[in-house]
Amino acid sequence: MIKKIIVILAMIGLIMMLFPLVTNFEFLENLNDLSTNYVSGSVNELNSQNVVTSVIVTYRGLDTLGEVTVLFLATAAIGFLLKKKKTKKRGSSELLQTASSFLVALIILLGVYIFTHGHLTPGGGFQGGVIIATAFLLLILSDVNIKFNHTILQVVESFSGAFYVVIGLIGLVLTIGFLNAKIIPLGEYGNLFSAGAIPIIYSLIGLKVGSELTNILDTMRGE
Amino acid sequence: MISVIIIITLGILMIIAGIVALHLKNLLAAIITAGVISLLASVIYLILGSPDVAMTEASIGSGLTTIIFLYALNKVRKEKKDD
Amino acid sequence: MIFALILGFALLLIGIYGMLSQKNLIKIVIGFSIVDTGVHIIIVSIGYLRNRTAPILNSVVDLGKAAQQVVDPIPSVLVLTAIVIGLAVTALMLTFVVELYKKRNSLSIDDYQELKW
Repeated sequence: MIKKIIVILAMIGLIMMLFPLVTNFEFLENLNDLSTNYVSGSVNELNSQNVVTSVIVTYRGLDTLGEVTVLFLATAAIGFLLKKKKTKKRGSSELLQTASSFLVALIILLGVYIFTHGHLTPGGGFQGGVIIATAFLLLILSDVNIKFNHTILQVVESFSGAFYVVIGLIGLVLTIGFLNAKIIPLGEYGNLFSAGAIPIIYSLIGLKVGSELTNILDTMRGE
Repeated sequence: MISVIIIITLGILMIIAGIVALHLKNLLAAIITAGVISLLASVIYLILGSPDVAMTEASIGSGLTTIIFLYALNKVRKEKKDD
Repeated sequence: MIFALILGFALLLIGIYGMLSQKNLIKIVIGFSIVDTGVHIIIVSIGYLRNRTAPILNSVVDLGKAAQQVVDPIPSVLVLTAIVIGLAVTALMLTFVVELYKKRNSLSIDDYQELKW
């Protein structure tokens, strides 16, 4: 009873706190200076069509490196806490397994398309990585007894992470800044091979996110 | 104008889904309802002009998060059966 | 868009109410994910500008005046990062829920009172 009263009082307090934020809110009429700089820089400096991609990969690349590290730490903690027990169960029918193994290749192709075109269309490494992980989820769901080769997952994950940092360090060696996309010639605006190193960095992020999420799904599935 | 109507409709649906998700006794139904909230939110992101966020929310928020919730529920039920 | 802002705050309040009032541990994590969605909608709606298009500069957008034609890209970037981190945090919380269930065989938060004062 007393707990309910405290909860209701806390909610009333929160509503009173948030109410002036809504009523006094003034929407922007124009972009602020930082956003204007990012939008024009994406066209003039980086040759990248998608402004969000150029901010994530180049202008705030260090934050993305930290984000990928947080994802890696969460994966490691989940794998450490949930230990797997092994039991054998009756598998699903041959028809389902064959059909889903055809679909897996197509879904992975879609994921690769999304993260290689991250600088031209909406999408990028994180979305493409998640789609690759869902392809492996289909494999897990259709065949209960499937075992993934964890060495390959670990090799893909650590090599893409290491190459990501190496590309950043090349920028430092050439003295144009950490994780700068201009270490490779920029190419023609709107082509697949444009925007410098952005497609390469985003592909590495996509592989890393895909293998980490596959690892999380494989651990959470358990027995 | 049409976008305002869509946002109001989706918003009412999302608020109802949120209240229902917290009050359902059945955990499986509550998890699916919480996934519906994320799916509707991805349409709102698309109307607000950020397709990147809409893609991420549709794949991560409503896809993978729901799956991970279901796996955790499955593990809890299996532990219950073991004793 | 003021309606999206109100919707975001409403979802935030619903989620916090759920986290405070529910007893089931999985329900508390569901409340957390509703708060996540609400905060993301608030941030995206702050960056919206009327009558403008998405920040993708293809042939539809006049490149010379691009900054007058697109919405703010920075909230999109922030939310993109926050969604991925939110997935990792939710998975970690659910792992702890499973581990707690293994120790005590209960999902109710009333059975975990060691830190209660």
